[in-house]
Amino acid sequence: MSGTFLGMPAFPKAAREAVGDERLRANLRHATHTIRDKRARAVGELEDWEALREAGKQIKDHTLRHLDRYLVQLEEAVTAAGGIVHWACDAAEANRIVADLVKATGETEVVKVKSMATQEIGLNEALEAEGIRAYETDLAELIVQLADDRPSHILVPAIHRNRGEIRDIFHDTMKNWGRPAPEGLTDEPAELAEAARLHLREKFLRAKVAISGANFMVAESGTLVVVESEGNGRMCLTLPETLISVVGVEKVVPTWRDLEVFLQTLPRSSTAERMNPYTSTWTGTIDGDGPTAFHLVLLDNGRTDTLADEVGRQALRCIRCSACLNVCPVYERAGGHAYGSVYPGPIGAILSPQLRGTTSEIDASLPYASSLCGACYDVCPVAIDIPEVLVHLRERVAQGGPAVTRGEKVVLRPARGHAAERAAMRAARWVLGSPGVLRTGQRFAARTRRLHPRTLPGPGRAWSASRDLPSMPAEPFRDWWQRTNGGKGEAQ
Amino acid sequence: MSSREIVLGRIRRALADVPAGDHAYADAVTRDYLREHGTRTREETAALLAENLSEYRAVVHRTDADGLPALLARLLTERGATSVLVPPGLPADWLGASEVTRVHDRAASSAYELEKADSVVTGCAVAIAETGTLVLDGSPDQGRRRITLMPDHHICVVHVPDQLVSSLPQALERLDPARPLTWISGPSATSDIELDRVEGVHGPRALEVVLLGGR
Ligand code: SF4
Repeated sequence: MSGTFLGMPAFPKAAREAVGDERLRANLRHATHTIRDKRARAVGELEDWEALREAGKQIKDHTLRHLDRYLVQLEEAVTAAGGIVHWACDAAEANRIVADLVKATGETEVVKVKSMATQEIGLNEALEAEGIRAYETDLAELIVQLADDRPSHILVPAIHRNRGEIRDIFHDTMKNWGRPAPEGLTDEPAELAEAARLHLREKFLRAKVAISGANFMVAESGTLVVVESEGNGRMCLTLPETLISVVGVEKVVPTWRDLEVFLQTLPRSSTAERMNPYTSTWTGTIDGDGPTAFHLVLLDNGRTDTLADEVGRQALRCIRCSACLNVCPVYERAGGHAYGSVYPGPIGAILSPQLRGTTSEIDASLPYASSLCGACYDVCPVAIDIPEVLVHLRERVAQGGPAVTRGEKVVLRPARGHAAERAAMRAARWVLGSPGVLRTGQRFAARTRRLHPRTLPGPGRAWSASRDLPSMPAEPFRDWWQRTNGGKGEAQ
Repeated sequence: MSSREIVLGRIRRALADVPAGDHAYADAVTRDYLREHGTRTREETAALLAENLSEYRAVVHRTDADGLPALLARLLTERGATSVLVPPGLPADWLGASEVTRVHDRAASSAYELEKADSVVTGCAVAIAETGTLVLDGSPDQGRRRITLMPDHHICVVHVPDQLVSSLPQALERLDPARPLTWISGPSATSDIELDRVEGVHGPRALEVVLLGGR
């Protein structure tokens, strides 16, 4: 479950296998369509959605452009509130820090709140190697952990499992991790949730150390924010004596007030709710209420390399809502595992090759795991232009060029075996570089989408041979933009 | 060099393209989004809160100060509660009509002890109508974070209109980030199994809200 899944085939191969899995495709299709329809309704309720989206983008961009200043401010505020701040250049260092902190408490068990950052660094495995057992407490993460499986979606990591499979997993494996599943467990979701409740409650009551991530960190006050639904987050953040939060450096926002934007856009984009059931905020330690020791581990692990790329930097705006996964025709067919990373879908296709570099086969293939239909950009609550970054990264893979790796400037060589890609690239760059052509092309593609070929002609054939061409959205984004009067000159 | 210096150094080099006189925070963000969505009377705002809470399967009641003790007694009885957690600053008369055993949260109380309580009654810091959200800030009438987490039944009393706001921006400006805040929008829920919403995983499975006053 660590950052790079060892032995992971490159995207085209992994995707082709997933596409052949009927049950996986049915589970995914049902799930992604359900969430995206609900999301559209939840977003439609706010008449100022585009203004909130723009503000979110601006706050994040501003923060990234002054990231050093805001991190130092955050560090001061957390320290003043009684917390201890640690800095980690990479996964190994972050894991080392956490393992040492846990060992210093004398404990050999920790409870965990679902967190992408700790999955990214492979924390559970690193702790296991040190004799420390980490219990996942989010229901979906618990399912993944019990099944010795990998997460396949940012928000619902067990989205690829149906209720029958979950019943079997609980029945067979809960006993190896603590309280066994109740006798005669059926596949009713309410019964399954109850089994998880009983299984985890004994862990919450016993736990002395908890590990979390955070959705946001507020520089001016030193406040951390965790957004969740089940209450497992509240349990972990409140009951144990020691709390360790591992958070990517890009999660900082300047002010308390900035949360008014993200606490409106995140739940609606993510679970399609007006507000998620629980949000917890804490600032350092509070006398008599909650953990008495709080450690914040600020994680780089490729984020500063991403920051160094003026086009790719925008990926750091991501608030991990998962909306882009649910609208992506490629994700819907390929499933989350094909992306070979804890970050699947469109955001994974741009984030993983930037965090990890494009030298491995899977990372070099990820920028091609897209049809560039633009649906991901349309739904993104912080307006990350994912297609733009994809094209940029394709160019890097195909042609090589300057990049930053672990803080050092490097010149990448063109990836081997990407000749066909290079041809497709040139075409894509021509189209995307000329707004007029792009507009016509998108309209044409949308209007003719029923006639859309399954393979591309000419030099594109080799490129499309290993890809299903997805159907195009009914209305091009630019048409929608103009129709809804949201463009303000943008689409001229 | 410490990791702190390494990371900050990498950031500064990565941002070499950012001009020295780049926008100050105050100019960098256009805040032309709304402070609240739509205009409502106080009564309409209270009705919207009730509606949104109900949609997330919280049960909403309305009463005035005189009716509160009887209502709370009835809700605890209907639930079959034999013990109720009481935050230190809960007004004494609120539970005056109830026979249920009161359990007081103490510094030494273990999670195991608190878990045995059937219900908990608290006040509220701010309630947000547009999102159906209650915010607790650890004040004496709300108690420590753990007491609203362990029992399976939470009754939260909201003063209307004093503690009621329309929108999230209005709530944030009232709240103090230095306090430990818990935002609650309906009972605990999960949608992790085939996206079927199931109430109650780890937090209280039943949330009842009493809107007090301002009928
Ligand atoms: S890229 Fe945008 S849409 Fe995708 S997860 Fe991140 S914030 Fe959400």
